[in-house]
Amino acid sequence: MEFFLISLLNGVSYGLLLFMLSSGLTLIFSMMGVLNFAHASFYMLGAYFAYQISVKFGFWPALVIAPVVVGMVGALVERFMLRRVHKFGHVPELLLTFGLAYLIEEFVHLIWGRSSLDYKIPPEMDGPLFTLYTTTFPMYRGFMMLVAVLMLLAIFLVLTRTRIGLVIQASLTHPDTVEALGHNVPRVFMLVFGGGCALAGLAGVIGGNAFVTEPGMAAAVGSIVFVVAVVGGMGSLAGAFVASLLIGVIQTFAVAMDYSFVTLFKSAGFVITPDTFLYSLWKLTIAQTAPILPYLFLVLILIFRPRGLMGTREG
Amino acid sequence: MSAMNAVTFKPVNLARWIIWTGFALLLLVLPQLFDKGFSLTLMCQIGTIMIFSLSFNMLLGQSGMLSFGHAVYAGLGAYFVIHLLNMIGKGLWFPVSMLPLVGGLAGAFFGVLFGYVTTKKSGTPFAMITLGIGELVFAMSLMFPGFFGGEGGVSSNRIAGEPLFGFITSVTFGPQVQVYYLVAVWLFICTAAMYAFTHTPLGRIANAVRDNPERVEFIGYETQRVRYLVLIISGFFAGVSGGLGAINFEIVSSENVSAIRSGTVLLFTFIGGVPFFFGPMIGAVIFGFFIVVLATITKAWLLYLGLFFVLMVMYAPGGIATLIMMQFPIIRAGRFKEIFPSYCLATGAGLTLLAALIFAVEMIYHLSLEAAAGTSKAFFGMQIDVASAPPWVVVVVLTVVGGVLLRQAMRGVSMHWDRIMGDIIRAQTT
Amino acid sequence: MKTLYFRAATIAVSALAALAIGGASAQTVKIGYIDPLSGPFANVGEAGLKQFQFVIDDINARNLAGGPKLEIVPLDNKGTPQESLNQLKVAIDRGMRFVTQGNGSGAALAISDAVAKHNERNPTQTVLYLNYAAVDPDLTNSKCNFWHFRFDANSDMKMEAMTSFIEKQKNIKKVYLINQNYAFGQQVSRAAKEYLARKRPDIQIVGDDLHPLGQVRDFAPYVAKMKAAGADTVITGNWGNDMSLLIKAAKDAALNVDFYTYYAGGLGSPTAMGEAAAGKVKQITEWHANISPNKTEKFANDFEKKYKLDFYYLRVNTMMYMIADAIKRAKSADPLQVAYALEGTKFMSDTGEVEMRASDHQLINPMYMSTIVKAAVKGDKPQAGGDKSVKYDQEDTGLGFKTDARIESFVLAQPTSCQMKRPPKS
Repeated sequence: MEFFLISLLNGVSYGLLLFMLSSGLTLIFSMMGVLNFAHASFYMLGAYFAYQISVKFGFWPALVIAPVVVGMVGALVERFMLRRVHKFGHVPELLLTFGLAYLIEEFVHLIWGRSSLDYKIPPEMDGPLFTLYTTTFPMYRGFMMLVAVLMLLAIFLVLTRTRIGLVIQASLTHPDTVEALGHNVPRVFMLVFGGGCALAGLAGVIGGNAFVTEPGMAAAVGSIVFVVAVVGGMGSLAGAFVASLLIGVIQTFAVAMDYSFVTLFKSAGFVITPDTFLYSLWKLTIAQTAPILPYLFLVLILIFRPRGLMGTREG
Repeated sequence: MSAMNAVTFKPVNLARWIIWTGFALLLLVLPQLFDKGFSLTLMCQIGTIMIFSLSFNMLLGQSGMLSFGHAVYAGLGAYFVIHLLNMIGKGLWFPVSMLPLVGGLAGAFFGVLFGYVTTKKSGTPFAMITLGIGELVFAMSLMFPGFFGGEGGVSSNRIAGEPLFGFITSVTFGPQVQVYYLVAVWLFICTAAMYAFTHTPLGRIANAVRDNPERVEFIGYETQRVRYLVLIISGFFAGVSGGLGAINFEIVSSENVSAIRSGTVLLFTFIGGVPFFFGPMIGAVIFGFFIVVLATITKAWLLYLGLFFVLMVMYAPGGIATLIMMQFPIIRAGRFKEIFPSYCLATGAGLTLLAALIFAVEMIYHLSLEAAAGTSKAFFGMQIDVASAPPWVVVVVLTVVGGVLLRQAMRGVSMHWDRIMGDIIRAQTT
Repeated sequence: MKTLYFRAATIAVSALAALAIGGASAQTVKIGYIDPLSGPFANVGEAGLKQFQFVIDDINARNLAGGPKLEIVPLDNKGTPQESLNQLKVAIDRGMRFVTQGNGSGAALAISDAVAKHNERNPTQTVLYLNYAAVDPDLTNSKCNFWHFRFDANSDMKMEAMTSFIEKQKNIKKVYLINQNYAFGQQVSRAAKEYLARKRPDIQIVGDDLHPLGQVRDFAPYVAKMKAAGADTVITGNWGNDMSLLIKAAKDAALNVDFYTYYAGGLGSPTAMGEAAAGKVKQITEWHANISPNKTEKFANDFEKKYKLDFYYLRVNTMMYMIADAIKRAKSADPLQVAYALEGTKFMSDTGEVEMRASDHQLINPMYMSTIVKAAVKGDKPQAGGDKSVKYDQEDTGLGFKTDARIESFVLAQPTSCQMKRPPKS
């Protein structure tokens, strides 16, 4: 029971972190149709900026300032780079962000070096939130979950309940009409891109000290955020939320399952020995494949339900 | 209509003969010009990358499929080749010179397998699913040391069996120059085959699928099937390149199927030029320049590569090939000399900006990486104190001067360009 | 064909010339340093390079090679096996007859194999490969060759040392193994099970996890599994983030176990793990800053002063001193002569006598089991509550290593399956 509850908690909290990472990506994609390959790089920038700010002013100011700075960087990228290639179509846009990811990584190498940084969890958060049987649940993880949920709520409210949200939604489907009504559509796009990047930056501020702040952190989460966005359905925030939780929970429970084809065959009466053909494949346990299950998930989803869990279009 | 075409296009065909013969001759004499051990290896590598990027461009340039997992086909092809090479070493009869064909077949096989899944989609979902498959294959390659050889990969010895069916026994593929000629022959064949492919009905309809899939569906073609077939053929050529790489390096490791490899081929194909058939070949040569020349000179080569790529996407999305081809109408009209001075000015301004950039980047790198060794840095024969103001002032001055000049020059270029192109179009229409 | 003959002749002539110069004393022996100097692992490569430069300065100043000067030439392999082979070609083209590499067994296996092939095809222009950190046991067993010398204990030897320490810890009852699912991790897992069964059959292996290399973002599920299995000790070969994240997750869930690791002191790891590691994480190394007696103390301090970096690889020193000594004894910098001079040599290193075993070219050296604890200093400043015997910390984290035990070289020597083919001596 202890193991089950703890695993469920771990799964949900990991899922929420994934959502935090991918919500910005999904937002940008749903609004602008741009698949931002540098999204994880903005996540990394968030962590590095937060480290720099927290050294001077502490963690809490960093929590606010760093995402704003990342958002501004994102807005600048949209204004001076993306907008230029917008007329060439979506593939050049994607390629631009792909190149940008290279640049940001080298930039981080240049400024902060290649080793990991000592970006610490704030002392007031460094402790257990509660104890379940004998396992403690860290306070910071709880904080992470809280922020993710607040993030979802905030995005939802902004998009559906505010004037700017309505303009954003309208710009997506009817840019000409919106422009005719006197709104500056390119500026709306710049806002959206900056906002999406700021969300990534916020995830970086929180993920950077929970995990490790180092130049490889962007590459480490780079592809998993795409998996979430695609599995959830490109451009669907609710889909991304469900997909994140699903991936988090499945992956967590898969780690616990030490079953392989060998056990399966054994229960069916066959005996597999190390001499059997393709033995290394048969002996692979579910636990061993857990971290790459999301990719398998992605491939399966695209075969059987190409628009993703809650997507509305097939792209 | 065909008779008409034959008459009208005769000069072009002549040019085509000249180009292909020239290409063959170039391949033939290159090792005489650069005969050092490493330059031979490098040329072998560039040759393999050329085939690889051409096969990649079959997808991206000709059919509009952006793949983030193309290394999978080349890499898996390479694994099959290296295993077969090891079997040849143990006595199996198979000529080494024919091994790339096996790599190609393996590549095509995996094209059939993975393509069935990936080509169901086009556009962004296609890109994502190739990314996913690439990650899966890479993770597998580390998990199964039996086939993939674990961390060290699978190594082999290319001096094995009867490489040319036992005809010319002095060819063992031991000396690098013999490997070079093997690569050259395969490169020529593959380039010709891939070029021919662009003229087949499938190649043509692939272009249509890229440009307007809906209309292709309307006229009765199944776009998914077109994509599938193109992917299989592209997988074949990728596999050939993987096989050549395996013979060249005599080792295949998991880096061959990695996302980094897939990303590299995307970068250089794009830089070379996607819209033109020969663009990726230019990209492969630039690859050699970046990986070898630049990487030995500076530690910042990845930064330069990223910058170069981003600038290309922003200002010349057609790649270098397009920049070259754009000049042809002007040259043909005999008016290149009008625009030439503006080009010179633009180049000068660009070089000034580049100098400023290199200066700044190298100084920052020095500060961040070799701060312990002091702030003094040797730069083009000069000793510079990177912590002092003067070099930074130079950077600022160079940037401002270069920027202003470039603005001027580009204005001149576009003015001339518009005028000449306007004249050319008017001449054609009247 | 003509050009081929011509080229062969040129090579022969230049080889003769090289031999002629070989007798002269004012010669420079260039050693190609093939390791990552750009990309994600550049910091590891850079740090290693600095150590080489520092020890070579010492060797040249004291003329330990008996005439020739040594020089290290950096060659960036970008961390991949194929690029390592390219750089090996560059080194050969530029006349280098010695190469060294350490980061990654993948590149090591590629270089070892390529060097053997090159020497077979060009017997007049042989190259020697000095391995200072790649630990795959195959390199000195099934894939051994005459031209490869390893100056680091291989992963089996390290496991032997680790388990011989565990053998004496009577409170260890349940061991959990967690490793990266690739060649090295699989070897660690296999060796741990085998050696523990031999030394402490009463110890239960309560878990044996293999996870994909560098793919795990969240280790909490693994920690939950360890807890459910009731483990009191975890053995892991994980390095980089896979280790730091594991240690952090264990601390979050209040998992009370000892971690026996290979690479806890590696570059960046102490910073990334932080205080979560104190008292919990042990490592097996040939040296650390707080061993006693510490003959390398002054050298390490000088190094740190010059480069602002922790001294890490004692084996680089041992290796370079041994090479210099071999060149001096062989009175030649020819790889073949140096190789024969190295084989079977016993040498006094800073931590005691070491031996370059002739049968497989594996260095047999003593090792230290140590634990990360709060040090008496943090950076340059004294730290309250730290262990007084821990005089130096790692990466200014305020955490340092404290010796648990010294494991003598005869304990960790392993039998070898190497069938070495030796070229004729002259």
